[in-house]
Amino acid sequence: MPLYHNEDQLMLKDSVGPFIAEQAPVAHLRQLRDSDDATGFSRDLWAQFVEMGLPGMLVPEAHGGLGMGHIEAGIVLEEIGRNLTPSPFLSTSVGAVAALAKAGGTQAVRWLPAIAAGEAIVALAIDEGSKHRPERIATTATRAGNGFRLDGKKSFVLHGHVADMSIVAAKTDGGITLFAVPRQAKGVTADPRRLVDSSLASHVTLDGVEVDADAVIGEVDAGEEVLNALLAAARTGAAAEMVGVGQGAMDMTVGYLKERKQFGRLIGEFQALQHRAAHLYGEMEVARAAVMKAQELLDQGNDGAKLMVSVAKAKAGRAANLAVREGVQMHGGIGMTDEYDIGLYMKRDRALAEFMGDVHYHTEQVARMSGY
Amino acid sequence: MSDLDAFRAEVRAWLEENCPPEMREPVRGDEDVCWGGRNWKFQSEAQKLWLERCVAKGYTVPDWPKPYGGAGLSAAETKILKQEMARIGARSPLNSFGIWMLGPALLQFGTEEQKVHYLNPIARGEIRWCQGYSEPGSGSDLVSLQTYGEDKGDHWVVNGQKIWTSYADKADWIFCLVRTDKTNKYQGITFMLFDMTTPGVTTKPIKLISGNSPFCETFFDDVVVPKTQYVGEINRGWDVAKYLLGHEREMISGGDSAGELVSLGGALAGVLGRNAAGQLDDPILRAQLAAFDVDAFAYRAMGERFIDMWKTGRAHPASSNMMKYVGTELNKARHELVMACGGSEALEWDSPETKGGARPRGWLRTKANSIEGGTSEILLNVVAKRILDLPGA
Repeated sequence: MPLYHNEDQLMLKDSVGPFIAEQAPVAHLRQLRDSDDATGFSRDLWAQFVEMGLPGMLVPEAHGGLGMGHIEAGIVLEEIGRNLTPSPFLSTSVGAVAALAKAGGTQAVRWLPAIAAGEAIVALAIDEGSKHRPERIATTATRAGNGFRLDGKKSFVLHGHVADMSIVAAKTDGGITLFAVPRQAKGVTADPRRLVDSSLASHVTLDGVEVDADAVIGEVDAGEEVLNALLAAARTGAAAEMVGVGQGAMDMTVGYLKERKQFGRLIGEFQALQHRAAHLYGEMEVARAAVMKAQELLDQGNDGAKLMVSVAKAKAGRAANLAVREGVQMHGGIGMTDEYDIGLYMKRDRALAEFMGDVHYHTEQVARMSGY
Repeated sequence: MSDLDAFRAEVRAWLEENCPPEMREPVRGDEDVCWGGRNWKFQSEAQKLWLERCVAKGYTVPDWPKPYGGAGLSAAETKILKQEMARIGARSPLNSFGIWMLGPALLQFGTEEQKVHYLNPIARGEIRWCQGYSEPGSGSDLVSLQTYGEDKGDHWVVNGQKIWTSYADKADWIFCLVRTDKTNKYQGITFMLFDMTTPGVTTKPIKLISGNSPFCETFFDDVVVPKTQYVGEINRGWDVAKYLLGHEREMISGGDSAGELVSLGGALAGVLGRNAAGQLDDPILRAQLAAFDVDAFAYRAMGERFIDMWKTGRAHPASSNMMKYVGTELNKARHELVMACGGSEALEWDSPETKGGARPRGWLRTKANSIEGGTSEILLNVVAKRILDLPGA
């Protein structure tokens, strides 16, 4: 398969791009932020996503979705990134769907059609400390009665306070097990915190939460494979969103270089800035290609996907970070103002950088997977 | 089975049968590369056989049309052929500036007669070409070149000097930028072709910091060039040159992405040693290697995407400038790490154990990557202006 979007994918981009730019531009994020919105996203906007079939893009057709792949989801995520749109799409429609579709079974039947219909928001309760360390999960699930009893603390759970269900990764006797924990479950408390990018992420406490045996997503003790599917999808999705954030910041900055005058000249005439902008363009293009390759390999179920997913998250992380730093610097004083949008790109980039493993984490993974 | 799947199966079977085992060994250095030409001495029977078989099949230039010596493959088929060659580690049957640079220019600007006349010997590896672009006073500002062809009716008399002419001392013919109108800077250059054995052509190798001499100074002293031997239009050679620079940048950028992903850190870990946990035991260097591998793997995907888009007309025409910039800077970084990992052993200049100082010589050679074919700074200028549309001269 050639590494560029085909006709169908370009059509998707042509419909999703203008839709998000019109319905949820950066002003939409500002409006939610300035009204101190308690949900973390607009349910009206989510209803429009549902009308377009977006929440169920990755949901298999048998479960009421569109059965599309990561390349298509990436198209939506790039536009979300470019517009800094607050949305549960990445957690619910990409991360959670990947886990549920991989696992199949009762929970897939219960949640996948609901996600596709826009009736369920799902959060990912994976992290426990302030850094992403999924190999060190300490939350426990012990057998109790007909099911399990969950105890532990989760952090950085985006949409955790409003999600209808959270996917909780916990340690069981023989490995890792994933659980579908409904919001109403007794013993669950979600404490939402406003983050630097105005999103809401919860500290979730699981205090003797009792769930039935059929709350298990996949098989008991065999959750690693399902967790890996979730992580690969969410990481690749976050990388795609970061490409959008970086592209948005770069476009805004290059635009500014063409209109801002100093010393009687457009500042874009200065070679010092031209070279930095051109270097950034190269980094962004390379990041875009890496993300697309990871999406392609994931869609093919290729064994090499895991390595490329880490490459994509690390590379997109570095490129988008360069884009927002150069963006603020090249805008000069105005780039430091709250009124101007470039600073919001810097904030979103910082949050996405941490989501599902930062540049350092994934660079380390590349070294390990490469045998050193 | 789709047509492409069938093609893949056919190619796989053909390669299995026709690629000699010796030609599946990794290339150890320039001594394993087949450049062809009148004076070419094959380094092995296998090298000769492999070239002959590929020539017969059109596989030295798979995407060129059949009448010009190619196999007439589509972009998708060419990609499959490259993937299948990489799968078994098959060496390139023929390296050539004729294939990479002159060929694409002729395909775009040549007459039908020229295509048939010049392309077939390139495809068969019979004529080795070199490129006469840079001059002592015209490096990055190439269009200021002074080598002059005086109009003598049915021929030109060319006088001047070229520099950095790769393998000029080994080449059979040269494609050369020659000023034919001193009053018009851009529209006063003609893209000429002539035989290096023409009286008045002399070459002198330049010894580089690597100790090797892949480049020459090339002198023209009353060289007679018939007025049939030019590409495009007289005085419009700059158009051809610019087009061709795109291909040169494509080539140098190493847009070949069919082979296995090879981790630099993985390859060098053995040299440095491992700690008890099996990790490369210099943690700071390990981190730098890992950061490099991220860049290199990502650039590989970029190479694949660039070629897919370039071959189907989807790429921005100036994007090869970005590719060359990123690719050559990456290659320089790679060799800095190779030297850092090699330590004092990698300082040895001519010992047999180090293959005659292959590492330091290779490291020094890469410093030219971001100079030849357009410096990184010129490429950034081009990207800024042509892709980002930034203002200014």
